[in-house]
Amino acid sequence: MSGYLQLPLLEQAILTLAALVLVSSFALLAQSRVVATIHVFAWQGVLLALTTALVASDSGLYHLYLSAALTLVLKALFIPWLLVRQARRLGILRDFDAVLRPGVTLLAAGAVVIFCYAVAQPVERFSRTLTHDAIALSLAVVMLGMLMLVTRRKAITQVVGFMALENGLFFAAVTATHGMPMVVELGIAFDVLVAAIIFGIFFFHIRDSIDTLDVDQLNRLSESDR
Amino acid sequence: MADHLSPLAWLLALAQTALFVAIAPLFASWVKRVKSRLQNRCPPPLLQPYRDLRRLFAKEVLLAETASPVFRVAPYVVCGTAVLAASVIPLVLVAIPMAAMADVIVLVGLFALGRFFLALAALDVGTPFGGMGASREMTVAALAEPAMLMVVFTLAMVASSTNLSTIILHTLQQPLALRPSLLLALLALLLIGIAETGRIPVDNPATHLELTMIHEALILEFSGRHLALMELAAQVKLTIYAVLVANLFAPWGIAAQPGAGALLFAAAALAAKLALFGALLAGAETAVAKMRLFRVATFLAVAFTLALIGMLSFVILEAPA
Repeated sequence: MSGYLQLPLLEQAILTLAALVLVSSFALLAQSRVVATIHVFAWQGVLLALTTALVASDSGLYHLYLSAALTLVLKALFIPWLLVRQARRLGILRDFDAVLRPGVTLLAAGAVVIFCYAVAQPVERFSRTLTHDAIALSLAVVMLGMLMLVTRRKAITQVVGFMALENGLFFAAVTATHGMPMVVELGIAFDVLVAAIIFGIFFFHIRDSIDTLDVDQLNRLSESDR
Repeated sequence: MADHLSPLAWLLALAQTALFVAIAPLFASWVKRVKSRLQNRCPPPLLQPYRDLRRLFAKEVLLAETASPVFRVAPYVVCGTAVLAASVIPLVLVAIPMAAMADVIVLVGLFALGRFFLALAALDVGTPFGGMGASREMTVAALAEPAMLMVVFTLAMVASSTNLSTIILHTLQQPLALRPSLLLALLALLLIGIAETGRIPVDNPATHLELTMIHEALILEFSGRHLALMELAAQVKLTIYAVLVANLFAPWGIAAQPGAGALLFAAAALAAKLALFGALLAGAETAVAKMRLFRVATFLAVAFTLALIGMLSFVILEAPA
């Protein structure tokens, strides 16, 4: 009889939601349209906020409710709205963007998860939280965000990959140590917010200088062969 | 396990298989009926598939001049494997002797055998449609089969057995639990079932349009009782996937031991589950548009990935330390 079944239903729900956050990371990798990518990113924010709220009610740590609310407002509503607005103004809302075939990327992602599980094993032994099993998942979300950064060409989807990576870090903090101190968390939240706005300004600068958001064009130095 | 060898158990298992084959056309008809209603069309009578089968069985078989014995054997092999697969699955009674002989991996093997002969027969006559259909069917199958095996392995890891009866009993005996692995395996199995039974968005069961059909292209050359057997096999396969979803992931109500009351209750529970599942399938088919053939690879890669994450989340989150 596995120990999983002795857990209360609330903790089973937390772990199930953690698995769904990982699924949303895979879904992010599989999307090829810009607008669909942003929508999936918003759903990941919703799942993350829900997980955090459940962890808060399970552990009785009230500052986690604040983190959950912050995540919901910033990552599920404001940043997706900002990105969609910028994509619409740049006219790339419905563009395709994927370097590899989605199937190949998904298989690579599966390998990444197995790697993260192997790496997180010693870490999990030291953590005393109820959710220490999910540390491997949060590490995987970070790595999948990185994989997304590598496999995308458009600046805007790379930003989504970067934000997904940050989601993974936040998720790791919640699962491993029940969140960071409130000051740190607030600081990171505003950093992310500022980053989103600065990225938005950069989109327009990149487009003004090379006429596209395809960052592969930045590999070439000379202007003569364009 | 001694009662597995008793004649009564075998009799019940045979009756259960007969019931399975008997309700298969009804289930297919039910899905069609709900779909027609949702699309504001007038549905055919609920018993129409039985009339179609009777008519086809009475008709003579027309064979192409180029048809080899393989073409004549294929319908019996295809229908035989489908019925054999149906006999392995607990429908209303969990403890059946067949389940002890053939586990869920054999089930996948039976599907593969039936599909192999289906493609062989389609290639045999030498028409372009048959060849095209066979090539498409095999493309879908080659991608769906690994995903199906991943789902099977996830279930086997959760229940520590590949025996279908044991898996169902395991789920019945455990307290109600929210398991991410089973949730993801269920999603993957739904996607695989849609691809394997040729439903929208992978294939359209109601079309004879040259460019899009997969299953219909394979059985284009069959007539008379051969066609009837092929149709029956397709209906049985659809019902198999529906029963797998209903009984593996929501087995409540199924009779653990034979008994008149328990069996009747199990039959009622199964009818309710299948009616609900059929309605959901029809609703999904109405809401979704058919996708391009080249997108099917991605569709099945998603199914494979879901099954893979299900298995990994069992190892990472649920496995006893």
